[in-house]
Amino acid sequence: MNMMTEAETKMAGETDSKPLNKKMQGEKVNVHYGDKQALFDVDLDIYENQVTALIGPSGCGKSTFIRCLNRMNDTIDICRVSGEITLDNRDIYDPDIDVVDLRARVGMVFQKPNPFPKSIFENVAYGPRIHGLSRNKTELEEIVVTSLQKAGLYEEVKDRLHEAGTGLSGGQQQRLCIARAIAVSPEVILMDEPCSALDPIATARVEELIDELRENYTIVIVTHSMQQAARVSQRTAMFHLGYLVEVDETDTIFTNPNNPKTQDYITGRYG
Amino acid sequence: MIFYLVLALAILFFVAYYFGSTRANAMAGGDHSKLHSRPSYHGGYLALVVTVPALAVLIFWGLFSGTILDRMVTSEFATQLADKSIPEIEAILRDARAIAFGGIVGFRDELKEAAAIRYEELSATATWIVVALVAALCALGLYFGVRSMSLRMRARHFVERFAISLLIACSAVAILTTIGIVFSLIFETARFFQKVPFFDFLFGLHWSPQSAFEAAGDQASDKDLGLVFGAVPLFAGTLLITAIAIFVAAPIGLMAAIYLSDYAGPKFRSIAKPVLETLAGIPTVVYGFFAALTVAPAIRGWGEGIGLSVSSESALAAGLVMGIMIIPFVSSLSDDVINSVPQSLREGSAGLGATKSETIRKVVLPAALPGIVSALLLAISRAVGETMIVVMAAGLAANLTINPLEAVTTVTVQIVTLLVGDQEFDSAKTLAAFALGLVLFCITLALNVIALKVVQKYREQYD
Ligand SMILES: Nc1ncnc2c1ncn2[C@@H]1O[C@H](COP(=O)(O)OP(=O)(O)OP(=O)(O)O)[C@@H](O)[C@H]1O
Ligand SMILES: [Mg+2]
Repeated sequence: MNMMTEAETKMAGETDSKPLNKKMQGEKVNVHYGDKQALFDVDLDIYENQVTALIGPSGCGKSTFIRCLNRMNDTIDICRVSGEITLDNRDIYDPDIDVVDLRARVGMVFQKPNPFPKSIFENVAYGPRIHGLSRNKTELEEIVVTSLQKAGLYEEVKDRLHEAGTGLSGGQQQRLCIARAIAVSPEVILMDEPCSALDPIATARVEELIDELRENYTIVIVTHSMQQAARVSQRTAMFHLGYLVEVDETDTIFTNPNNPKTQDYITGRYG
Repeated sequence: MIFYLVLALAILFFVAYYFGSTRANAMAGGDHSKLHSRPSYHGGYLALVVTVPALAVLIFWGLFSGTILDRMVTSEFATQLADKSIPEIEAILRDARAIAFGGIVGFRDELKEAAAIRYEELSATATWIVVALVAALCALGLYFGVRSMSLRMRARHFVERFAISLLIACSAVAILTTIGIVFSLIFETARFFQKVPFFDFLFGLHWSPQSAFEAAGDQASDKDLGLVFGAVPLFAGTLLITAIAIFVAAPIGLMAAIYLSDYAGPKFRSIAKPVLETLAGIPTVVYGFFAALTVAPAIRGWGEGIGLSVSSESALAAGLVMGIMIIPFVSSLSDDVINSVPQSLREGSAGLGATKSETIRKVVLPAALPGIVSALLLAISRAVGETMIVVMAAGLAANLTINPLEAVTTVTVQIVTLLVGDQEFDSAKTLAAFALGLVLFCITLALNVIALKVVQKYREQYD
């Protein structure tokens, strides 16, 4: 608890001294799956060192939007994205951009923990290996250990780094996936409902972790839990039927939303 | 007669079913919640109770009537038959039956005529007894079945238990048949090893069963038999051809599977997969003549072009064609396992910035490896058991060689040649086929067991 307030004061101090930097910007983002349009003219900015929460009823396009941010939608044949999305002011859909580099910079954690059927060590070492981030074994080990530490998993698994990652509990698996994402030193981490498969205790642990990670990374999180959005995020974006309804500071959204749809949704009257 | 009785029982079955269910319905006054089991179960109960005992009697009679009648006739004519040998008695009975029930009669005499009359009498009485018994059993079944019907009767339990026993009986037939085949293999093999020493067979280097009999006839001593029944050349030939086949099929099949599962568009996939699978449906004889008429001469041509001596039937030709034959096994099974690697693993890898080929090489294939291994093992066991292609393309010469350009032969081919034509059933030559069959059975069984074990282990990983 103490740590959280500390981090918050630090954040507040920073906001005071320099304006927040726009890490990613989406402008007039339209997405079609075949003939069906899933997103309509979404303008949404992601600020550096903040947690941005995406909320909204099921099927409103949250996953679709978050998957645009690291071009995961490229893997779906029928999916077409138009509009402009930038990372540090460079268009990520520019043909010159290599998706492999992009995804190394914009990492992703999925709804269901999906550790590879390899050892815990190999799971984390996977990313650094393919990107050639280490020159030798000691460096690789260092990356793995620090990533696991940052993900708050190291203490629990340090004696069994070479056992299967699939043998961990659901919450540990999800933190392993976060460690795996951190290991390639991304700048942005996308999380699509990272806690929906976890129990409340594991969820609390992951939420704490997200709050700690904010210091060094920019985070976008999709969640169905209003409490979670309120707890971990600084900005919240509300989607409805493919439109961005409203985006603002989380406090404002939850205390004084502009749009009645947002009001209905967060108070549970949506239906 | 039996046919009409079975027909009658079948009709009775449906009548009893209808009667039972309507009666149950009437007992409950249309309110099914009063019944322990739904009316259809009561119907099934009555139908089973009425017909099954009678059916059992019929089946018993159908299976054993011949033997029983024979026994009775033999014992009645014991004095006349006393001085005859068993084959003679059998011949007499056969003719007597033919006279009585119609058929081709060898020659008639008084004894046979007398026996035939007894056959007719006995069979007529027996038929009446059976009919009476069947009728009595049906009536009894109906009486007790109807009497035991009540609202609380557990008809469903009865019917379901009966269904379970039927299922058990069916699987027992399958299992017992297999066991029977294996035992007859083992039994005949044991007889073979009485004639030919075990080690001479398994480790002997010389295989020429034909020559043994041409030269020495039945007087061939055990020592000679040991010398001509050395199976190592056959094992070596099988191994060589299988190795060539796997060498062809494994890379092609695997890469085709990777392409189909991860790169091909859905349209191409929907066409290519069935086409590949029809390769598996081509009769092996067709592959065989393709191998013998096209591939073998072509290889011979090329070989001679570069100055190699190639026999017109070669292990290479057979192996290549067999490899093509098992490509669909490898590709189709591997495609299935590669597809069953969860999509989330691929996304996880792509989300870390891995390229598609990195994802396939480092995540998908390792995850699918056990399944791929078992696919390969199944393909191998298929290749080991394959006969037609080898008969046609690799020849019959039992050469002990690892040169793929020479003619070799395999275990299966030798089994065929040993059993083709007229055979004495207990010559060493015929029995050798059983020994080879047993060896083959052990090899494929081992391969299949390993493959299954590997697949099971793999299943546990994701479920
Ligand atoms: N692969 C796809 N093919 C076709 N349509 C899709 C695909 N993925 C998503 N859609 C459609 O796009 C719309 C938005 O889906 P999306 O998954 O982004 O919703 P979501 O907000 O993440 O919902 P949830 O909260 O249930 O995860 C939905 O109408 C969905 O049917
Ligand atoms: Mg979603």
